[in-house]
Amino acid sequence: MSTALIEVRALRKAFGRQRVLKGIDLSIAAGSSVVIFGPNGAGKTTFLRILATLSKPTSGEVRISGVNVKDNPEGIRQYLGLVTHAPLLYEDLTAQENLRFYARLYGMKDAEPRIQELLERVGLWHRRHDLVRTFSRGMVQRMAIARALLHNPPILLLDEPDTGLDPQAAEMMTGLLREIGGSQRTILMTTHHLERGLELADRVLILVGGRIVFDQRADAISYERLRPIYDEYVGEGAVT
Amino acid sequence: MKHYLQVVWVILWKDLRIELRSKDVFTSMAVFAVLAVMIFNFAFELRVPDKTVVIPGVLWVTVTFSGILGLGRAFISEKDRGSMAGLLLAPVDRSAIYFGKMLASLVFILVVEAFLLPLMVVFFNTNFLSLPLLLILFLGTLGFAVVGSIFSALAVNTRTREILLPVLLFPIMLPVLMAGIRATIGFMEGDTLADMMKWFRLIFFFDILYVVVAYLTFDYVVEE
Amino acid sequence: MTLSRSLLRILNVIALIGMLLAVYMALIQAPDAVNVDPSIRPAQRIIYFHVPSAWSSMLAFLVAFVSSILYLVTKHIRWDIWARSASELGIAFTIAAVISGSLWAKPAWNTYWTWDPRLTTYTIVLLLYIAYFMLRGAIDEPSRRARLAAVYGIFAFLSVPLTFMSIRWWNTIHPVIVDAPSNENKFGLGPNMLQAFGVTNLAFLLLFVALLANRISLGWAEERLEALKDRLHF
Repeated sequence: MSTALIEVRALRKAFGRQRVLKGIDLSIAAGSSVVIFGPNGAGKTTFLRILATLSKPTSGEVRISGVNVKDNPEGIRQYLGLVTHAPLLYEDLTAQENLRFYARLYGMKDAEPRIQELLERVGLWHRRHDLVRTFSRGMVQRMAIARALLHNPPILLLDEPDTGLDPQAAEMMTGLLREIGGSQRTILMTTHHLERGLELADRVLILVGGRIVFDQRADAISYERLRPIYDEYVGEGAVT
Repeated sequence: MKHYLQVVWVILWKDLRIELRSKDVFTSMAVFAVLAVMIFNFAFELRVPDKTVVIPGVLWVTVTFSGILGLGRAFISEKDRGSMAGLLLAPVDRSAIYFGKMLASLVFILVVEAFLLPLMVVFFNTNFLSLPLLLILFLGTLGFAVVGSIFSALAVNTRTREILLPVLLFPIMLPVLMAGIRATIGFMEGDTLADMMKWFRLIFFFDILYVVVAYLTFDYVVEE
Repeated sequence: MTLSRSLLRILNVIALIGMLLAVYMALIQAPDAVNVDPSIRPAQRIIYFHVPSAWSSMLAFLVAFVSSILYLVTKHIRWDIWARSASELGIAFTIAAVISGSLWAKPAWNTYWTWDPRLTTYTIVLLLYIAYFMLRGAIDEPSRRARLAAVYGIFAFLSVPLTFMSIRWWNTIHPVIVDAPSNENKFGLGPNMLQAFGVTNLAFLLLFVALLANRISLGWAEERLEALKDRLHF
């Protein structure tokens, strides 16, 4: 058995005849922070949705802790937290009600202390009785992170969590992620933003045209070196 | 199993909670129902010797048309807010989501009926209510929510959405409407429960059949 | 896989011969129905067209139902092509059955339309499968279209017997203005006509199989065309 927490083998996904993922092989060690860069339409979202069990691969397999996701999607979901551009929150429920709702979806017992802890950490405890519709975009995104971490999943998937945030809010979110990421949690994040992504990553991938074209440790590469490499791949990706 | 029921319950609770705050769905369903009954009243007033003869038809048609307003919203609201993915991430068999949403739609329609029935008694100036009638109305509403909820989840993934839902739903609901209207006529004319048993059996069979089919197919509707 | 072209051609020729024979049997070989009113004896011959159409449509919807289930289980595009081809044919045969039934009703019962359970059920079935194709038309992404259409195909097929029962029970309680035929004999089918009846039914079965095979082969051609378009970046 390998030590990788997430094992992806020959993963392909097609929507009808349109092939979005064209064979992805990847292993991710427990506790690592992997950032996936790529242009729009590269397949980043589809890839994360497959890992999150929201989408089924056309062929290939995903194993998490050695278990094939296909065999036990319900069980695997317990180990996953997901943050997307949509916050997955209900605007007509309060912050606290939203988290209570998700706590019960995940079958958590005694969720109240955990809800308080998370709301305090994302700085929204004082707003717990306010409807989410009254929150700013940055606050909503912090709530989304609290929601994703509620059941303390060992794997956190983030699909462009910084989209639509102003630089200040995005900065705050990066700090929050670094702080709560810790060393045990495995983080997989997609973004367009090279600088911000590099800050968080200890491994960098570039996904273009449904394939991983670049894979390196983050400490071996600086923003100044990554930028031209990325531009070259993305330019190429636009042609094929 | 305990977790499964908990998920069903918490989705129902969530939908009711949101509805109590916004009242969007209930208000439009109820206003529509009142308007429909009034329009039927005028439509039949001068042509039908005794207005009470149209009660069964008016009742079932009004329930069906106002019900579809609520059913249409059931999954559109989740999809448009993007919260559908949040439900699908729950570590539980996805049919639990279906049952939660279905029960919420059922409650909405039953509440509208609780409001509609006394109103019709007043408007038509006849007390046509009876226990067997309420029972068959409940069973028919259940069948409507059972099929309507899964079609709502289906229609939300199409381009035409709200327009498509009635087109998909009404031809399949026909047996329930026929049985419901026929039994309502029977009870208003003083037929016994035993006379009307076959209509109960038909609706009951419809409910059971489609609960099972919906349970088996819902996962295919929401997967990508 | 799809039938080879020569096999398809042989099937087409057999079906054509069968249909020509059916026309001969129905219009010339079969004797007049002596047990119906002389004025509607020519009209009675519509039975050789009407009943096989109805049976073929039900067979088509059964094929579509089974294919829909197989699609959900296997996710193989073949079953989507089967389901959509069979549903299309089902609609065509249903229209044929409804129109021929209605044409028979005019001379026989002096009305084009009666709320006869069979005629009404067929009309509802027609609406069901029109809805099926509206659903297909409202989804662009092919695998989602196939998946959701398969689910609807299952619901639609299962509702047919329920619809039929509900309309029949409704009519047996209410007085029916026009007396619907309670069995085939009222259609005027004597024993000496069974031969023609058997041949026409068999011919329609062959026609159905041939049309289905052609439609499926066309479905595969459509798939290949789309794949080619993709490759050429159309």
